[in-house]
Amino acid sequence: MIHISNLHKSYKMGDTSLHVLKGIDLQVQEGELVAIMGSSGSGKSTLLNILGMLDLADEGEYRLDDVLIKDLTETTAANYRNQFLGFVFQSFNLINYKNALENVALPLYYQGLGRKIRQQKAIEYLDKVGLKEWATHLPSELSGGQKQRVAIARALASEPKVLLADEPTGALDSKTSNEVMGLIQQINNEGKTILVVTHELDIAHMCKRIITLKDGVIVEDQKVEQVIAEVHV
Amino acid sequence: MFSRDRWQEIFETIRKNKLRTVLSGFTVALGIFIFIVLFGFGNGLKNSFKQFFLDDATNTLFVYPGRTSKPYRGFKANRRIEFENSDLKDIKENFKFFVEDITPRINRSARVRYKGESDNYSSRAVAPAHQISEKPIIMKGRFINEDDVANKTKNVVIGRLVANDLFKNEDPIGKYLEMGTSAFKVVGVFQDQSGDREERLIYLPYTTRQLLEKNNDKVNSIIVSFRPELGYATALVFEKQLRLFLKNKKDIDPRDNNGIRIRNVADQIRQNQQFASVLQIIVAFVGIGTLIAGIIGISNIMVFVVKERTKELGIRKALGATPKSVIAMVLQESIFITAVSGIIGMMAGIALLSNMGDRLEQFFIIDPYVDNLTAFIATILLIIFGAIAGYIPAKRAAGIKPIVALRDE
Repeated sequence: MIHISNLHKSYKMGDTSLHVLKGIDLQVQEGELVAIMGSSGSGKSTLLNILGMLDLADEGEYRLDDVLIKDLTETTAANYRNQFLGFVFQSFNLINYKNALENVALPLYYQGLGRKIRQQKAIEYLDKVGLKEWATHLPSELSGGQKQRVAIARALASEPKVLLADEPTGALDSKTSNEVMGLIQQINNEGKTILVVTHELDIAHMCKRIITLKDGVIVEDQKVEQVIAEVHV
Repeated sequence: MFSRDRWQEIFETIRKNKLRTVLSGFTVALGIFIFIVLFGFGNGLKNSFKQFFLDDATNTLFVYPGRTSKPYRGFKANRRIEFENSDLKDIKENFKFFVEDITPRINRSARVRYKGESDNYSSRAVAPAHQISEKPIIMKGRFINEDDVANKTKNVVIGRLVANDLFKNEDPIGKYLEMGTSAFKVVGVFQDQSGDREERLIYLPYTTRQLLEKNNDKVNSIIVSFRPELGYATALVFEKQLRLFLKNKKDIDPRDNNGIRIRNVADQIRQNQQFASVLQIIVAFVGIGTLIAGIIGISNIMVFVVKERTKELGIRKALGATPKSVIAMVLQESIFITAVSGIIGMMAGIALLSNMGDRLEQFFIIDPYVDNLTAFIATILLIIFGAIAGYIPAKRAAGIKPIVALRDE
């Protein structure tokens, strides 16, 4: 599903340039649940941003579902994001004046779907994350865990090939973290490829594979025994 | 542009961001409202200026006799020149090409009585053509006509204030008033926009006045109206020729400037019109100034709005919004808001102006108005500049990488 070879990225900081990714090689197959671990500054978020086409690599090759991602214009990047990718952010990034249903329906709007289908699909995915009753609530009326579940529903609504989650539990307590991870595992079990960036070991162990980054290179890549998130009621 | 879905998205955004909408809408509405009102007041100022200075006919020469200052053809200097009826006839016949009409004027002052009321008034003995040059507006009855002149009738036309003073609430038409030692029949009442002094005048046929004064043929001054289509330059030529003609007829040295005096209203009018156009420039200046202030106001609001939305736009981009669709959304929203509120502001301004009428007359603002074209163009301008002001930050926001926009907390 994802093929990366020799990926480099550096940021200009005034006169000096900061070399963040120093040659990453990575293959991710369809249906995998991969945790990308590393301390802050290891380059894990940068890698995810490049995978998510939110940022461009300086060097190296990136293929997503056998499509070469290169020299993207803003417009084609937007279209690829819309078709291939779903995002879950640490700070949820819901649009605060839209209710849960409208937030979930938004990527479908950019897919050019009709209003009725958008509504129908959005309800369907809200139901999937267990928030059907909260459809008309604004993000400010939802708890952190609920917000993240709305964000996951939004990421899934466009039926992406890959789900990218950047510290999805970073702003949540351990109980809600477990709920959210349980949801991610459930979605993965249905066949979705998911990449999770995290710095928490217990979260990483709820995935099936852990890639550890340090100073811009992959230092460890291992398959792990998945810990099933216990959803407390 | 006209996709129903996009409009729905925009209306939703507008509905759910009331403060933002009201803020930018209010700025635009206020800008256009102030523009319309100030521009209208400027026009009102122009109106009162016109009323004060431009109501008399512009195609008029006033010819006055004076005293000679040089001896000529055996006459001594310091001789008093007098006009008489034959001068009228001669001017009319010799300047057929130029002259539209001609009237003499004999000014007298007399005590005028009606029943118990009496007062001193000035009278002007004139020919019917006088109505063209001074433009008195007949309220009731008629002006002096050719019959009056031919038959030397004792008919008078009185000013509005004369009628008010002497006749109170009575209808003066057909009544007889006593002027000097004779009785005159009132045949008309007039008003004049030049002011109260004009409305205290009494007009009578010049032949009647001459008859009363021992049947002489003297006139005080002559008012010649020339064809308006002649234009300013030709009017000056006419003035020059007329002066020469009269000097020759009255045996005045051609180099003597004191025998005949001619006042050319066209000359005066030209100065007044220059003043009016200066006024127009000031009005335009005020208008453009307010408009620019309005445009700056919208620009500020638009920059603020886009800044406030940076994160939202970043989210939209992460979800697959293309830069084009982001710009289009911001622009369409801003154009919609500016258009609607611009039209509201325009309507409010026009409504205020049309209800104003003469209420601000004491500030020399009469009938303030803005022509529809100016109002329309100003509104369109504001909308266009509002769109440009929105486009620049929107384009920048659309160009920001979503990751940068999302980091912006």
